[in-house]
Amino acid sequence: MSSERQMVPRIGVDQWVATAEERRLRTLGVRLDEAVARVPFALRLLGIALPVALYPVLVDSEYLLQVGIDTLVFVLLGLGLNVAVGWVGLLDLGYVAFFGLGAYLYAAVASEYAGRHWDALVAVPAVVAAVAVIGFLLGLPSRRLAGDYLAIVTLFFLQIFLVVLINSGFTRGPNGISNVLPLEVLGRQAVSLEAYFYITLAACVVVATALYLVNHSRTGRAWRALREDELAAELMTMPTNRLKLLGFAFGAGVAGLAGALYAPQQGAVFPANFDLVLLITVYAMVVLGGAGNLFGVAVGAVIVTGSLEALRSPADASWLFYGALTVTLLAVLRPWWKAPALLAATVVFGLAVHEAVEAARPSLVAGTPVGQAWIDGLVDGWVLLPENIVTGDGLPSGALGRLAYLALVASVLALTLVRSSRWRLVGLVPVLYLAASVWESLLLPQPAVARYILIGAMLVALMAFRPQGLFGRPRVEIV
Amino acid sequence: MDWDKLVQLLVNGVTLGSVYALVALGFSMVYGILKLLNLAHGDVLMVGAFIGWGALGWLGGAQDPRVAVWLLILLMVLAAMAGCGLLGVAIERFAYRPLRRAPRIAPLISALGVSFFLQNSVLLLFGSEFRSYETFDLVDVEIGIHWGPLNVWVIRIVVVAAALAMMVALWLLVTRTKLGKAMRATAFDREAAAMMGIDVDRVIVTTFFIGSALAGAAGVLVGLIFGQINHFMGFGYGLKGFIAAVVGGIGSMPGAMLGGLFIGVVEALSIGYIEDVTFGRLGSAFSDLVVFSILVLFMLLRPQGFLGRPEVKKV
Repeated sequence: MSSERQMVPRIGVDQWVATAEERRLRTLGVRLDEAVARVPFALRLLGIALPVALYPVLVDSEYLLQVGIDTLVFVLLGLGLNVAVGWVGLLDLGYVAFFGLGAYLYAAVASEYAGRHWDALVAVPAVVAAVAVIGFLLGLPSRRLAGDYLAIVTLFFLQIFLVVLINSGFTRGPNGISNVLPLEVLGRQAVSLEAYFYITLAACVVVATALYLVNHSRTGRAWRALREDELAAELMTMPTNRLKLLGFAFGAGVAGLAGALYAPQQGAVFPANFDLVLLITVYAMVVLGGAGNLFGVAVGAVIVTGSLEALRSPADASWLFYGALTVTLLAVLRPWWKAPALLAATVVFGLAVHEAVEAARPSLVAGTPVGQAWIDGLVDGWVLLPENIVTGDGLPSGALGRLAYLALVASVLALTLVRSSRWRLVGLVPVLYLAASVWESLLLPQPAVARYILIGAMLVALMAFRPQGLFGRPRVEIV
Repeated sequence: MDWDKLVQLLVNGVTLGSVYALVALGFSMVYGILKLLNLAHGDVLMVGAFIGWGALGWLGGAQDPRVAVWLLILLMVLAAMAGCGLLGVAIERFAYRPLRRAPRIAPLISALGVSFFLQNSVLLLFGSEFRSYETFDLVDVEIGIHWGPLNVWVIRIVVVAAALAMMVALWLLVTRTKLGKAMRATAFDREAAAMMGIDVDRVIVTTFFIGSALAGAAGVLVGLIFGQINHFMGFGYGLKGFIAAVVGGIGSMPGAMLGGLFIGVVEALSIGYIEDVTFGRLGSAFSDLVVFSILVLFMLLRPQGFLGRPEVKKV
């Protein structure tokens, strides 16, 4: 609580809080939401699952099918993390360790290396139960502590998990276990990508249903009460510790299920599959979609996986970058003419700068764009693209690139401090231009790194400007 | 009993521990005032190590330094402290301050984002390979104390002395100055402090500056001892710093120092002896397992740590 706020007399705050629900109901999005909520859950789920089930029929490339399966695994992971983060309000930083445990445990009961091949009807439930129990045990030492300690214990647990996997002999270290056997149900093996797509989809539907039922049960209500105010929940005689442990174990179990489906599909498990990068990616999905909202989490998973996949190739990445920028500006700026005006101003500003620089220091615009899209033909005569700014491995060769990147970060941050909306709009012109220049000359040559920078920035920006994500419900915190 | 080995491990442990103590101090100070787990703290350390490396290169490099060696090291530490202090202030201003009234989980997620952003920004600008401080060229390995089984390289002495000096300076700042009083008051009760006319925002910004500057200094010290830095180094040091703060008693300054030394020594000893104790079944990489067990033991038996006060919930 800032002192600045305390100086202002807080007259009317209570009334504002009391009418929050009323105001919320007046907005169009929420009214749509309420209308959707009146449709029975089973129908809504079918309405989503059936079109998704057509996906393997519509796409004909193995690559796209594989991306679809990965997306569904991520949806499953997001749904599980949502229990701990969105409903119970615990920061579980060891979440991907449970995913990894599920995958490795499956490999332990069904791989050539282990010399066993259990039926999936036994193996998968056993793995899920085992992972949930481990999650429960891990939660025990942090049971009487605030959520912050849980974050440390779980983060360290992830670290330990990776250390053990990489260094111990029986998990074959960094080489992983490479001959995991496919899922086998009553003698029939799932080998095709389509089969795994439908199995994972079915798992998503089952988990979503289970989570929906739990969320609308006594336990679900208790979880949310706990998240909103632990002390009050405890005074209402809710067993807060037991509820937290239950939520924690529940999430772990879902992650274990995702792992048990992921391992046979990939046919191999490696320690590198379960690192911090995956953890933050799953967090980005849950937070973007809206923690606490099942549908939102699924949408978040689809958006994040899709964007990460698109950011692999420079051509698609260009599309995504300029497209996302334009759409965001159009969505945020009011009245409507401001966004096109801003874009036009940026283009004109860019052309002018480009001309001036070309006359003064031709080497600063002599580079060639990396992407292959027709967009690059357009940006070639517009952005500042110094020659040799990046070396062969994509790194900036001199101080210029690093300075430009730092200047971009600093100017974006400074722009958020500008109070007057007119000046902010004026300031956006050079910042957008700088962003495009840095994007073309630094980020695009290293799309794999650029995408994680964007995820990190997105997490911070979301928390500051829209903590409820795309579909979550804004929460009013009263102190 | 191999005394030489034990003494050497203790020396390693104390050096490592003093670095952990610096990290734990910054972390513990921020936690004391904001009740916020600054998960990006380790990455601030990493940025500090890179600033120190940049300063080293700018001053001519380890082979052929343009200034005296002691001045070079001092300038590297100061540059890292200034840069990281500003970085910490920026992180507070843009990632945490908008979330002061948000649910508790929000700033933690924001911190994850900051951590990821910093790591990948450094990866983008400097690449994934290890960068070297070339400390062995800077100071000869032979220089130092050689006394019986005790062999201490001078850089280790410098690191421990620098860490100690900073801790003493911080202790004086917190206990003897008006600013320190304001910091203690804010940590005790933020609202009451604000009502007493303390500019709470300024205290918080100062705390972030000091804590991050300590992390930056720790980054340079790590670079000096181990010689190598990369974009991912912050994770391990950050994690050990958190654990040191928890074991020492979160929010307590002497606790953070004690916890840091304790974790450092435990880690060094377990690296040295884990193979012997387990008859070669577990390698030195498993020393993290020992530290983890200690963390869990503390959580179970003494959650307030060595010197912390048990938390009392106020309504």
